[in-house]
Amino acid sequence: MKPASFVYVRPGSRSEIVAALAEHGADGKVLAGGQSLVAAMNFRLARPGVIIDINRAGDLDYLRPSGDVLAIGALTRHAAFHKPPVEGPLGALLAKVVRHIAHYPIRQRGTFTGSLAHADPASEWCLVAATLGAEMVIANNNGERTCPAAEFFRGTFTTAVGEQDLLAEVRLPMLGAGWRSGFHEFSRRAGDFALAMSLAALKLENGVITAARLGVGGVSDRAIRLSKLEQELVGKPPSKALFQDVAASAQAGIRPTADIHGSSEYRSDLIRAVVGRALTEAAA
Amino acid sequence: MAEKHAITLNANGKDYRISVEARRTLADALRDDCGLTGTHLGCEHGVCGACTVLVDGKPVRSCLMFAVQAEGQAVRTVEGLAKGEVLHPLQKAFWENHGLQCGFCTPGFLMLATGALEAEPDLSEAELRDILSSNLCRCTGYQNIIKSVCAAASEMRACPPSADR
Repeated sequence: MKPASFVYVRPGSRSEIVAALAEHGADGKVLAGGQSLVAAMNFRLARPGVIIDINRAGDLDYLRPSGDVLAIGALTRHAAFHKPPVEGPLGALLAKVVRHIAHYPIRQRGTFTGSLAHADPASEWCLVAATLGAEMVIANNNGERTCPAAEFFRGTFTTAVGEQDLLAEVRLPMLGAGWRSGFHEFSRRAGDFALAMSLAALKLENGVITAARLGVGGVSDRAIRLSKLEQELVGKPPSKALFQDVAASAQAGIRPTADIHGSSEYRSDLIRAVVGRALTEAAA
Repeated sequence: MAEKHAITLNANGKDYRISVEARRTLADALRDDCGLTGTHLGCEHGVCGACTVLVDGKPVRSCLMFAVQAEGQAVRTVEGLAKGEVLHPLQKAFWENHGLQCGFCTPGFLMLATGALEAEPDLSEAELRDILSSNLCRCTGYQNIIKSVCAAASEMRACPPSADR
């Protein structure tokens, strides 16, 4: 249970990181919080030749609200969300979801952006990014580009981040007035990986849903945004019957993955439960 | 032969000048290079919490950090909790409430609770239970661990110990 040898480099800023990535390419691996990577290295499931430790790049440790987005730097730890990072519905949503991510000591070190770059199918932040339609800022030695969440996640542990790229920033849309959210996760014990989870955000005006975001995670190779079902919610007043219909449609539309923790059939039942509960909480 | 890094590790206020490979975890460096064997290693992949130490005041898994990463930061281990012969309130509470059986998980629980309570002294029992759920006790003595931490939390609120150790 000891990692294989590697070369250690510790750039002090974003520009030094992308220069190091350009130099080391396929051998290089970015180390942020390390709560997944170092465990994988201890098991020798990962054997990077060069570790590029970004923990001293102070210019990546930020939470920046600007206009209608919240920009999250690559060194922002999960624990930064223990209290709402911004006023309003988005801050409340993030502070609610963060409590489900692993455990307290893991959240002191693991990073928001690292979770997205790792792209574990059971990651809560990946579900948030997919459902809310986050925008990723990917930087390399030649500059930076942005990538919408819909094109970012490519499958289990696979994203649009290339060998020489750094996921430098993630931008979440600020949910304005009238938005409220619900999140429900099912796992066997507190802190375990989700067997199924759902995030719902509803905009309510005069008792009618005027906009909706709905997603499911932990049941597939990546988080799933249910755009069609979002449209079914719009224009209707929230009701138990509506939410039951939408939850049933969510279940019908997904054939979940199976693993040692739960069969496909079991997870399928969970989808209906978690979607229904997330919607109900959002409307409460 | 892999390159070694000459680093200074500050643990419990004392500097340790050590030479380690980059792959040396903080846990192994504390135990084998600094002789601080109070930090225990259970699972070595971040699940059990036995190796929890404080780095710049925050409880972290020392098996998921490399020693080179802790250079220039203040590390605190279970050896730094007591003031001479005087036990830290958490250690005293574990003693008085039968909070340890075999003792293997105890250093991790002590450092986890120390970090959490120093950051937020007013944590409720429910919040403390949630935080303590991150560490495993093979003797399954969880009830008394929770009892001990809650007792210590009350005492620390009444009479906060200095965090300078």
